[in-house]
Amino acid sequence: MNTVNDIFGKQLKILNIGLEQFADDLTSQGIPCIQLDWRPPAQGDPEAADLLSLLLE
Amino acid sequence: MNREEANQEVLKRLQDSEPWLVGIGRAIDVIPGMKKNLLLHAGPPIEWVEMCGPMQGAVIGALIYEGLAKDEEEARKLAASGAIGFEPNHEHQAVGPMAGITSPSMPVYILHNKKYGNYAYINLNEGLGKVLRFGAFSPEVIDRLKWMERVLGPVLKAAIEQSGGMDWKALVTQALQMGDDCHNRNRAATALFAKQMGQHLCKTGFSDDDISSVFAFINGNEHFALNITMGMCKSIADAAHNVEGSTIVTAMARNGVDFGIRVSGLGDRWFVAPANTPKGLYFPGFSEADSNPDLGDSTITETIGIGGFAMATAPALVSFVGGNYKDAVKFTLEMYEITGTENKNFKIPALDFRGTATGVDLVKVLETGSVPRINTGIAHKNPGVGQIGAGLVTAPMECFKKAARYMVEQKQNRKQNASA
Repeated sequence: MNTVNDIFGKQLKILNIGLEQFADDLTSQGIPCIQLDWRPPAQGDPEAADLLSLLLE
Repeated sequence: MNREEANQEVLKRLQDSEPWLVGIGRAIDVIPGMKKNLLLHAGPPIEWVEMCGPMQGAVIGALIYEGLAKDEEEARKLAASGAIGFEPNHEHQAVGPMAGITSPSMPVYILHNKKYGNYAYINLNEGLGKVLRFGAFSPEVIDRLKWMERVLGPVLKAAIEQSGGMDWKALVTQALQMGDDCHNRNRAATALFAKQMGQHLCKTGFSDDDISSVFAFINGNEHFALNITMGMCKSIADAAHNVEGSTIVTAMARNGVDFGIRVSGLGDRWFVAPANTPKGLYFPGFSEADSNPDLGDSTITETIGIGGFAMATAPALVSFVGGNYKDAVKFTLEMYEITGTENKNFKIPALDFRGTATGVDLVKVLETGSVPRINTGIAHKNPGVGQIGAGLVTAPMECFKKAARYMVEQKQNRKQNASA
């Protein structure tokens, strides 16, 4: 527990995955943040994922 | 061929094609399967009762132009009578912008793909505003079409023939480097046409008044070159169609109700879903509430890797279709995620001469969840009004899912047959 709390006293290195708004909020407060351009495969659409696996098998 | 090999063959054809503008003919004389009682339209198949307002307006105008009806009432009766056939341009080696109505008497450009031997056809651009392709059919629209048949078509035909034809891919390659995306910005391509064709126009033997009126028309129509470019794209896309096993899209087209795609490895079958409505800039007095859903065959430009896929090369375009240049670059970059290659001919100076994203791959669309981004003219939803703006729109994901479902079914059927 103590280890987790320790990070709040340090300069954080932040990588944000998903909504860019979270990264924008941090950046606007002067906290360095890298936004990772990532999306779940098939945009999280299970039908598209099934079709893909059948097409590519 | 497996999928990868089939796709490589399609991408090769998309880039190695040699489309030339070789002439002009009457639609009924040159378009395969054209008949006196047939009208060709944009997008996937649709019947008169299902057509959107601007397409019905264009049908009404075409029937008046052909002398088959004297007014709107007669035209509506005739269109509904069953005496007139309606078929997609795409199924006749043709394309048409917006409503895309091609009627038998219209002059059409002839594009010849010299590498693969196929031909494509498209009518002549009328300009913006009150024009047939946006559903207008007032006397000024019909008079302009008659002038195009009587003067513009014959003068251009003579000039093109005298020139020995024009390498249209070379012209588009140059126009893309001069700020055109060659879908909704065609100023450079139009200027290049006038520059190259001027010397031949002057030697056609037509009167000074006729030649001057042709130059004036070209000068007043910033989209003049669009139709020739669309014909070029169709001649390229058709050469890449019907490669078994390929998942590359060879047609995207809209009829104002549905958006349809065809896939190289899936034959001539259309995969359709309801068309989206564009978001954009409107002429004074109009708003999104007036706009018709996405319409036209002009998405043949994006199909072969220009238009919306090259928006980063056309900063001035955003003032016509809305948005900002940052978004135009973002959209252009996004298209690399869903396409098979970077075009070796069509380059974007602003992206360090990166080739345009070319060959939409069904598999990549499903993998990324990204769909083709298109820029487009916007037609009023009611017949008789015409163009009310221009904007941006996306292809519906459902078209790609339907094509994938069909391809999976075919694959499973082949397996069953092999094991039986």
